[in-house]
Amino acid sequence: MSPITMAQALNTALHDAMAEDEGVVVYGEDVGVLGGVFRITDKLQDRFGETRCFDTPLAESGIVGTAVGMAVYGYRPVVEMQFDGFTYPAFEQLVSHLAKYRNRSRGHLSMPVVVRIPFGGGIGAVEHHSESPEGYFAHTAGLKVASPGTPSDAYGMLREAIATPDPVIFLEPKRRYWLKEEITWPVEGTPFGRAVVRRGGTTASLFAYGPMVRTCLDAAEAGEAEGWDLEVVDLRTLVPFDHDTVTDSVRRTGRGIVVHEAPVFAGFGAELAAQVSQRCFYHLEAPVMRVGGFDLPYPPAKLEAYHLPDVDRILDAVERSLSYV
Amino acid sequence: MSDPPTSHALSPHSPAVGAAAPDPSSLLPDDEPVQLLDDEGVLHEVAGYPLDLGAEELRQLYRHMVLTRRLDKQAINLQRQGQLGVYASCLGQEAAQVGSAWAGAAQDWIWPSYRELGAALVRGVDPAALLHVFRGTWLGDWDPRATGFGLISIPIGTQALHAAGYAMAARFDGADLVVLSYLGDGATSEGDAHEAMNFTGVFQAPCVFVVQNNHYAISVPLAQQTHAPTIAHKAVGYGMPGLRCDGNDVLASYAVTKKAVERARDGQGPALVEAVTYRMEGHTTADDPTRYRSDAETAEWQGDEVRTRASQLREAIYDAPHGDPLELFEHVYVQPPASYDEQRAQLRAELEQQEP
Ligand SMILES: Cc1ncc(C[n+]2csc(CCOP(=O)(O)OP(=O)(O)O)c2C)c(N)n1
Repeated sequence: MSPITMAQALNTALHDAMAEDEGVVVYGEDVGVLGGVFRITDKLQDRFGETRCFDTPLAESGIVGTAVGMAVYGYRPVVEMQFDGFTYPAFEQLVSHLAKYRNRSRGHLSMPVVVRIPFGGGIGAVEHHSESPEGYFAHTAGLKVASPGTPSDAYGMLREAIATPDPVIFLEPKRRYWLKEEITWPVEGTPFGRAVVRRGGTTASLFAYGPMVRTCLDAAEAGEAEGWDLEVVDLRTLVPFDHDTVTDSVRRTGRGIVVHEAPVFAGFGAELAAQVSQRCFYHLEAPVMRVGGFDLPYPPAKLEAYHLPDVDRILDAVERSLSYV
Repeated sequence: MSDPPTSHALSPHSPAVGAAAPDPSSLLPDDEPVQLLDDEGVLHEVAGYPLDLGAEELRQLYRHMVLTRRLDKQAINLQRQGQLGVYASCLGQEAAQVGSAWAGAAQDWIWPSYRELGAALVRGVDPAALLHVFRGTWLGDWDPRATGFGLISIPIGTQALHAAGYAMAARFDGADLVVLSYLGDGATSEGDAHEAMNFTGVFQAPCVFVVQNNHYAISVPLAQQTHAPTIAHKAVGYGMPGLRCDGNDVLASYAVTKKAVERARDGQGPALVEAVTYRMEGHTTADDPTRYRSDAETAEWQGDEVRTRASQLREAIYDAPHGDPLELFEHVYVQPPASYDEQRAQLRAELEQQEP
């Protein structure tokens, strides 16, 4: 067996979901003949035809708004926002309709819709192509928010997202599209709300999702040189949030550090820090540290390395945590 | 979910992408709105818009207009008594709504905005359920699948995309189904309305956009909304026909919409119907229209008043309590997050503390 990339895993997940359920339709900008700018929808139109994988006019609100209608009809739309920064034109449909529809209809109309968004930076992209919008969506009741950190999770979590009867914002860490992993098939759907300990440790707990999972694993490895035994927890889904795995980890290590690319201020890390301090107050040896981007509009490509969290910034935070004795 | 879609075969329902663009002159609206009934109520035949209604159906149209007017008045009164938070009246728009909605078949769908009491009655929606939205007992309380009447939508123009998506789904599924998407004149300025029309044009989806041009978006008159010759002219840009009718003429509203519906049912794609009418009341019960329009203007549009009473509706709304606050957690997700258990328990505890 040869290893496959996260991009291939996502493509396979879409393929398998479409083969299994006729109601699954995939659409967005350039997802048809081209197969998506990242080729995540490669060959789906060939295989399933133009009514199940198709290009729409260039209009993000239109893509999400029509998905609401298609879901009411009985389909399971999986739509693509071409890039994180182009999700914003669809913001109203996401927040005012997709998230609220089931509640507004008093349970009559569910929204089994997946909105796939390649997100995050680190690929030297031009403006508006490196955003981390997860905080907006995690803050919106009615949505679920997921972001895989590995190829096999990418497969399992996308299958789960498509099978989920609620709307899912599926954030694909675009800088990890080419991350490879040996996968043993078949991969089961990965249940939402279950974080996973990627690496056990005793010194402190690093919490991450999506693109920063790999970075935290690298940091943990580098930390060995300092004599640190760092635990890395992959949250997988922000909503629902797995309190059990997170609190269990902090209760064992006494220290928590949350890492994301998004700016720290009012970011998802603030939520995690608050949850941990409420649930593990007497187990904490230090305040929960937050590691993220600066509170800046995403910087130009040549400067992004200064903005994004990396191994050093993470290890600095570990050191600050350990300074509380 | 409703019954799962049955077929996704490519032909004959594949998107008409790449189909020859239509001749623009064939899409242009008539110079004058189509009128079948003149001001004296005399019926005239108009070529291209045959009337296929018997005496019983004509009575039904009249009945629904009268009902709409009675219930609308009742709703305004209920608001004045403090029973409703706010209400958006459709006084003056009964013919446009009842006529256009009557053009839909039983399996067809309507996606309303918030002013479509008349269309709702045609679809058999319980008016009390509609008014509970304005009372605030719940956000939407009828089963859209049972009535073919979607949720009301307050963010302007957004519902047009839900209609477009539903129509696209129907087309891909090969279903015999047409969607009526209701919009106001102001809504035609919104991006979502544009995107909806464009999508249905590209996918040749069976969607009829019924724009009730009541001349105002709250206080803003049509002239400040668009520089297009008429709203119907906008259709040309989407490759769909623009039709205009006298929206105060129920038969014209019916016949013109029917033509668009039949075309769509026949696989000829979407159309836009502009029903020219007038909003006799303020924008909502919270509005003061004297600040932006004259009594003389309103008087010009004034038709015959229908004086009747409706007491059933009053009973359904009067002092209706809100439901169980714990239901707030009930419908947000099919699979709610664990935090809901905790928060529900918190609310329950708070409620228990309130009870002496
Ligand atoms: C996106 C959005 N912007 C503003 C409003 C506030 N608002 C409510 S109704 C309205 C006017 C709508 O006019 P029109 O589409 O002509 O419909 P009508 O009320 O005349 O039926 C406005 C501006 C809103 N509900 N949604």
